[in-house]
Amino acid sequence: MISAQKIRVLIAKPGLDGHDRGAKVVARAMRDAGMEVIYTGIRQTPKQIVEATLQEDADCLAISILSGAHGTLIPDILRQLREAKLDDVLVLAGGIIPAEDVSALKAEGVREVFGPGTDTRHVAEFIRENVRKA
Amino acid sequence: MTPARSDDELLARFRNEDRSALARLLSLAENGRAADLLDRIDGLTGRAHVIGVTGSAGVGKSTLVDRLAAALRKRNRTVGVVCVDPSSPFTGGAVLGDRVRMSGLSVDPGIFIRSMSSRGAPGGLARTTGDLIRVLDAFGKGVVIVETVGVGQGEVEIAGMADTVVVLEVPGLGDFIQAIKAGILEIGDLFVVNKADRPGADEVRGHIEGMLEMSNDRSGWRPRVLTTVASQGQGIAELVDAIESHHEHLCRSGSLETRRRDRREAELRRIVQTEFLARLDGELARGGEFAGVVARVREGRLSPHRGAELLLGARRPGPDTAGSRAPT
Repeated sequence: MISAQKIRVLIAKPGLDGHDRGAKVVARAMRDAGMEVIYTGIRQTPKQIVEATLQEDADCLAISILSGAHGTLIPDILRQLREAKLDDVLVLAGGIIPAEDVSALKAEGVREVFGPGTDTRHVAEFIRENVRKA
Repeated sequence: MTPARSDDELLARFRNEDRSALARLLSLAENGRAADLLDRIDGLTGRAHVIGVTGSAGVGKSTLVDRLAAALRKRNRTVGVVCVDPSSPFTGGAVLGDRVRMSGLSVDPGIFIRSMSSRGAPGGLARTTGDLIRVLDAFGKGVVIVETVGVGQGEVEIAGMADTVVVLEVPGLGDFIQAIKAGILEIGDLFVVNKADRPGADEVRGHIEGMLEMSNDRSGWRPRVLTTVASQGQGIAELVDAIESHHEHLCRSGSLETRRRDRREAELRRIVQTEFLARLDGELARGGEFAGVVARVREGRLSPHRGAELLLGARRPGPDTAGSRAPT
């Protein structure tokens, strides 16, 4: 059958840091887990990220951020997601995010935060178990 | 969680130009789960100018599409973009990276970009790319641009989907004989030598023009060769002019209508083929007579051709052809 549905993951890099090695590793790992990964490149604004999430009908938005600006950029993205009625999208964060900031991000709506060294199989499993069911 | 929405509500929002309804309908169409919805929007289709952009990997298709879409927006067209990237043959997953070159466009409400995995289909497109084009067309996009997978040889399916096919080449890929082999010369309405600031651009252009002179002119349109440096926006306005004059030619000569009718028939054939194989698989899974035929073919007691005839109902089951043992 051709109706095999694939999980669509949008990987976004907001803000000014241009280091996307981690994002690319995750992109490839999710591909290898059989998902369809939309990679949008570096230095995206929250508005661009939310608009891409909408157009691509992504099931999961994975935000990679290393600049330290997660405290402002991620809540901004989550607010715009809610405004666009995209609150059923599973939002994950990764990169360099200090442990003391994790609970604040989760309170905002990030479902999980994955730091450096996370086994990508664990990320794939988390996505599979937590995306909306169509 | 969003509650399960009915088709009626989704269509109402779609007709009301709700972009998330468009996004959802595209997903349903991509997953082969929108037959009824596609039927209901069929009357809205057939208005968009469909432009195909194709060429080898690395020739700059995404960048060109980005600039082309921006230029069309300046001329007040609304634009839908479908970008097809290959799926991994090993895992079925895919990394769809065309948006990286299009980030400048993504916040313009007049543009809607959708990435799509080929999901194992040969030919440079996915099986349901035609359905996604129709959904964007029905939504009211004046132009739909389709970017194919980076093609090598023979991925010319775009010719059956687009009104205007733009074929990209670049200097330095070497022998233009490759393009001739690929059959890409026959499908192009316009040829673009991109990265024309690199050495060898004039030579590539000359090669293409020479080859085009030798080929048969089919529809009264003489394919043109243009040069661009898409990353700097050079030559884009001229390309848009050429695309528009091709569209005018198609309208004037009546070939637009012919192409569209051909496309609808091709779509019908594709759906019948897909559905037929799906039903066959269903029958086989249930066992019975169909499974018996397959088993006999597998064991060499029936030729594949004869087996196919049996499955298609062209012949009543008879004695085996290969060997003379009675069916068990």
